[in-house]
Parts: sequence; C-alpha cells; structure tokens
Amino acid sequence: MNNKRKNFLEKRYKSEKRFQLFGLASISLALIFLAIFLIKIFSNGYSAFTKTWIFVEVNYDRELLLLEENPSSEDLNNADYYDIAYQSIIALDPEVDESSETFLIEMFAYNYELEIKNYLKKNPSDLGKIVKLKLTASDDIDQINKGNYPRDIPEENRRVNNYQLKIFDMLEARGDIINTFNLSFFTNPDSREAELAGIASSFMGTLFSILVCLVFSFPIAVLAGIYLEEFAPKNKFTDFIEVNINNLAAVPSIVFGLLGLGVLINIFGLPRSTPLVGGITLSLMTLPTIIIAARASLKAVPPSIKEAALAMGASKMQTTLHHAVPLSMPGTLSGTIIGLAQALGETAPLILIGMVAFVNTIPGSPLDPAASLPVQVYIWSESAERGFVEKVSACIMVLLIFLITMNLTAQIIRHRFEKKWS
Amino acid sequence: MKSKISAKGVNVYYGEKQALKNISIEIGEKEVTALIGPSGCGKSTFLRCLNRMNDVIDICRVEGSIKFDNLEINSKELDVVRLRENVGMVFQKPNPFPKTIYENIAYGPTIHGLVQSKQELDEIVETSLKKAALWNEVKDRLHEIGTGLSGGQQQRLCIARAISIKPEVILMDEPCSALDPIATAQIEELIDELKNEHTIVIVTHSMSQAARVSQKTGFFHLGNLIEFDSTEKIFKNPGNQQTQDYITGRFG
Ligand SMILES: Nc1ncnc2c1ncn2[C@@H]1O[C@H](COP(=O)(O)OP(=O)(O)OP(=O)(O)O)[C@@H](O)[C@H]1O
Ligand SMILES: [Mg+2]
Repeated sequence: MNNKRKNFLEKRYKSEKRFQLFGLASISLALIFLAIFLIKIFSNGYSAFTKTWIFVEVNYDRELLLLEENPSSEDLNNADYYDIAYQSIIALDPEVDESSETFLIEMFAYNYELEIKNYLKKNPSDLGKIVKLKLTASDDIDQINKGNYPRDIPEENRRVNNYQLKIFDMLEARGDIINTFNLSFFTNPDSREAELAGIASSFMGTLFSILVCLVFSFPIAVLAGIYLEEFAPKNKFTDFIEVNINNLAAVPSIVFGLLGLGVLINIFGLPRSTPLVGGITLSLMTLPTIIIAARASLKAVPPSIKEAALAMGASKMQTTLHHAVPLSMPGTLSGTIIGLAQALGETAPLILIGMVAFVNTIPGSPLDPAASLPVQVYIWSESAERGFVEKVSACIMVLLIFLITMNLTAQIIRHRFEKKWS
Repeated sequence: MKSKISAKGVNVYYGEKQALKNISIEIGEKEVTALIGPSGCGKSTFLRCLNRMNDVIDICRVEGSIKFDNLEINSKELDVVRLRENVGMVFQKPNPFPKTIYENIAYGPTIHGLVQSKQELDEIVETSLKKAALWNEVKDRLHEIGTGLSGGQQQRLCIARAISIKPEVILMDEPCSALDPIATAQIEELIDELKNEHTIVIVTHSMSQAARVSQKTGFFHLGNLIEFDSTEKIFKNPGNQQTQDYITGRFG
C-alpha cells in the first residue's frame, strides 16, 4: 500500500472515531440531564411515601359516648366522639394548661375524631376499654419528623412552636411516634390537608381518560390511516386531507380543550370535569399522531409482499387486512403509545374542560368527576405547605411510572407482533 | 395447438416511456413458452400484463388486446381476482409472506375456498411442496417462518404457493435465478410435469434452460418482440440476425 492511500485510510478511521465520540457525548449529556432530573424528583418526593403517626391512648368511655351496652352499628356511627377524642389527646401532656390544649390538638390531622370513630366501628367490642391507637399526625409534625423543617430557627418563623416540639420530642423518646408506608397517598382522594391528600382520584381520572382516549382514537385513526394509505384515490381532495391531518398534529393542545368545552360540554351536554370528556378531548390530539404513524408504517410494508398477495388472487381488502395491516402494527402501536404518552402529560385541555376542580371523591367510572395526575401536580404545586411540595414530586414519580408501564406494555405487544411476522 | 392467451398490438408505457411496442403473441395451451432477451427489454413487463399486475404501478398504462380464452384481460370490467386465481405468478425476486411455510402455501386455497377441511389443506400443502421440490427440506419445520429460508428455498416456496391453487396459467419470472443446478433441474422437471395440465410462460436468461423446457420461444429486444417461433426453430435456425447473435452470446 502506498503512502497516500495509507494516509487516506487513516483519515477515514479518524473521522469515524470522531463521529462515534460525538454520538457518545450527546448520549452522555442526555443521560446526565435525565439523572439530575430523576435524582431531584426522587430526593424531593420519596418522603411522601412515608407517613407519621402518633400513638394515643383512647378511652372509649361508654358514658362519655352516651352509648348503651352492645350498641347497634348505627348507634356507634351516630355517637359523638368529640369529647373522648379531645380528652385522649390532651391527656398526652398531664400538665397541659388550657391555652396549650389547641396546640396539642393541632399536632394531629383534622380528622382524628373520624379515625377514632372508625376504629370503634371496626372493633365494637373495645367499647369501654382503653386502647392505644395510632392517629395521623398533622402535616407540620410529619415534616418535623421527616426532617424537612428546620428546628433551630426562631419560634415565630416556625410552623411548630416550642411547646409542640417539646411534646413531639417526649413522644418520640417514648416511641410513640412512628413512620410507616403512606398507603393513604394512594387510596385517598385530594384533600386541603397535605397529610391526607392522595392521588386516588387523579390516578383513576388519568387511567379512565387514557382508556377513553384509546378507545376513541385507535380504531378511528387506524381505519382512517388504512383508508388514506391503501384505498383513497390520490387526488387534490386527499392531498388536502393529508395536509390538514399534519396540521392538526401541530395544533396547540389548549385549542382542543376549547373544542372539548364548546362542543362536547356545551353542545352535546356531556358531564363536565369527567374523564369521558377529557378522554375524547385528548383523543382529538392523539388521532393525527396515530393516523400519521399508521400511514407511515403501512407505507413501509414491502410492496413485494402486497404484490405476492394480489398475484395469489387476494382482493385489495384481503391484501390489506391479511398482510399489510399486521405488518404495520408494530409501527402503528409505537405511534399510538407516543400519542397516548403525550395525552398522559397533557394539562391545559383538561383544565379547560374542568378536570381541575377540587375532587374529593374517587371516580368509579369515566362519568364521575375526576382530576388527572398532571393537573394534580399543577394544583399541588400552587400550595405553599411543605407537605404538598413532596407530594408534587411523588405525583410526578407516579406519572413517570405510569408512563414507563405504558411503554413496557407497548414494547411487549410490539415484540409479540414482530416475533410473529419476521 | 389451441391458443390459451393471445395478445394483439400490446403497447405498454411507464409514464412517457414506452416499454413494449406493438407486441402480438399466441401462447399455446398446455405448452411452455419461454421469453428471452437482454435485461431491460420488457420481458417482466409483458408477463405482468398477463395477470394485470401492472395495475399496481400508477404510472403504467397498457394498450391493446390480450385475450385469455375468450376473456379480454385488458378490460376495465374484468374481475382481476378471478383472473389471478387462474393466472398464477412466480416473481423474479422471491417474496414469501412473512408467515410460516405452511401458511404461505395455505393462503391461496383458503381465500379461494378450495378446501373444506384441515386435512385437505394439509394435503395441498404437502403436494405443492413436493412438486416444488422443497418438501424434504421443510417437512419438519412447516411452522417456521417462510422468510427464514435460503433464497433458493424461498423461491421454491413461492413456486409451491403459486401452484397450490392450480391456476390454468403459470407465469414464471426467472424462477431459477437464485437456485443451484440441482434445484434448477428439479424445477425444470416440475415445469415439464406441470405442462400436462397448465399453460406456462417462463422468462429466463439461460438459453439452455429455454431450449430444454420450452416448446415456443419469444425473443424480446428493446420493447419489441423480434422473433417468436418454435423453440427448435429459434435455437437451430433463427430467422433474425439479432436472435442469432443473442442466442449464440455474440450480442451487444
Ligand atoms: N415500475 C417501473 N417504472 C418505470 N419504469 C419501469 C418500471 N418497471 C420497468 N420499467 C422499465 O421498463 C423497461 C422494461 O423493464 P422490465 O422489467 O420488463 O425488463 P426485463 O426484460 O424484465 O429485464 P430483466 O431481465 O433485467 O428482468 C425497462 O427499461 C425498465 O426501466
Ligand atoms: Mg425482469
């Protein structure tokens, strides 16, 4: 090999190396950003998955409750638990003076009375006994316990006063403060109180919205894609439709929200704030994405396979349904997942159709009012309490896990199809 | 010999470009007609006229009359599904469906409703594969994917697929270009056997193959049918100088 060619070859190798380095660098950069993002979200949010409880000895005094022996469950439900709840809590500090009693009460979530009542409803035989119960701590105590609030700042800047801190330390030394997995974050609907707020409503809202979106957009989009790609005559009119589908994919989502509000709610009278309306609105956004993906993957089916089917005497429709469509499915599904993932994170259109309303019930069907995960993130991020800050991050984590699950499912379905077809 | 397909004054255009010029040819029933000629002369184009496969090419336009028995192939009213059921095709490049070997063969009989039971279908699959000289190689893996076979095996699979619905006419576009001599000999044997019941039109680049398998030979050049006669005459005593040059390899 002469020198000139050798140099040339070296140059080629060098440029190849450089190219690989650039690729590696950009991937590393992307990964670093991703890692920073995930670490930030996780470090902010992981504490939302635990919850602080305070043990309290509750005296289910029959006389204070004004109950007879062996009361019916209705009686148990109607009894007034205020007194025993109050007494049990202020008994935590035997030397408490009257002015500090509210401080003690404020260490608990506002629904302490309900928790005490629910326990007795479940264990009616404990009537007349003294039971050690764990009650949900207030958000401030929760944050102190998790170390999210500084303790060494002046009292007037603190949300927990010196007296409460003293009691907290005393209880903790006694082992009466415990930290457990925060199940209620997943089972509770939204609440004004951070310690009680959960994602059940928004999670179900998102789930229903995505399902509605899938049901409305997938069949329509796939049929539209098949028709446009395989059957429609190629003329000015279909060109016009094609241009408009591409335009539709670029329309800002808030416009679809207005459409949902104006048409679905105001004209068709569908119920406001429901996943049904949310899902249909989102499906307007996913439709063009899926149509474009379906057409692209139909176009990518080798013509030789279609010709083979046609030459065997298959009709146009048989050729399409037996060969082209199955081969295009992996691509179409990828497009569908991309579309759904976009829809999953959409906030603006859902706010417009009212899925931003404060919902403290868990929706059982797409016709019940609900929030959605991204809207929940938006709502909580408006609140100042530290308890909501960690919940925002936790909610984002749930959203991400939702997304990953969706992508994995798509991967598995894709894999099935590919295994079957190639 | 009765003619099965008769083309009269066929012109084919790809857009502005004319690919076939005034072709007239009579394809005899139950004999093998070979089409030879240099690359790009329009052999495949002509073959695709016979089962209307040119329909799928938007820019392609076919003029003239092509009669299949008494049916006008080149007519708008023609039912192409019925035509293709009777005029099968093996393409130049193997194009099995990305499905199992079994499904590849079973597809035609199934869509045309030729079988009543799984047993009948199994039988068709077996005889088709046997005729295409592929059975021994694939009998143990009928449910593996057809595209996983070697190129030559794929081509034989396509032949088996084409004969599975017993078309009256079989069009073959260089069916042996990807095959080794043994498989080629088997296919030639198959063609010999098929001609008892089917009419065959085969495009080939191998002079010896044309001479071995065909009764009639047509020589194409630059979109013209230069000469069409009995194979014996074409190879022993061609009437045209160009034909003479081409078959003796002194062409171009
Ligand atoms: N789809 C097409 N679009 C435009 N031109 C085409 C198309 N198919 C074939 N042609 C042209 O038509 C002419 C004939 O092509 P054809 O494929 O029939 O040749 P052939 O004789 O089969 O050649 P080969 O032996 O190489 O297969 C060629 O000049 C080719 O460029
Ligand atoms: Mg050809």
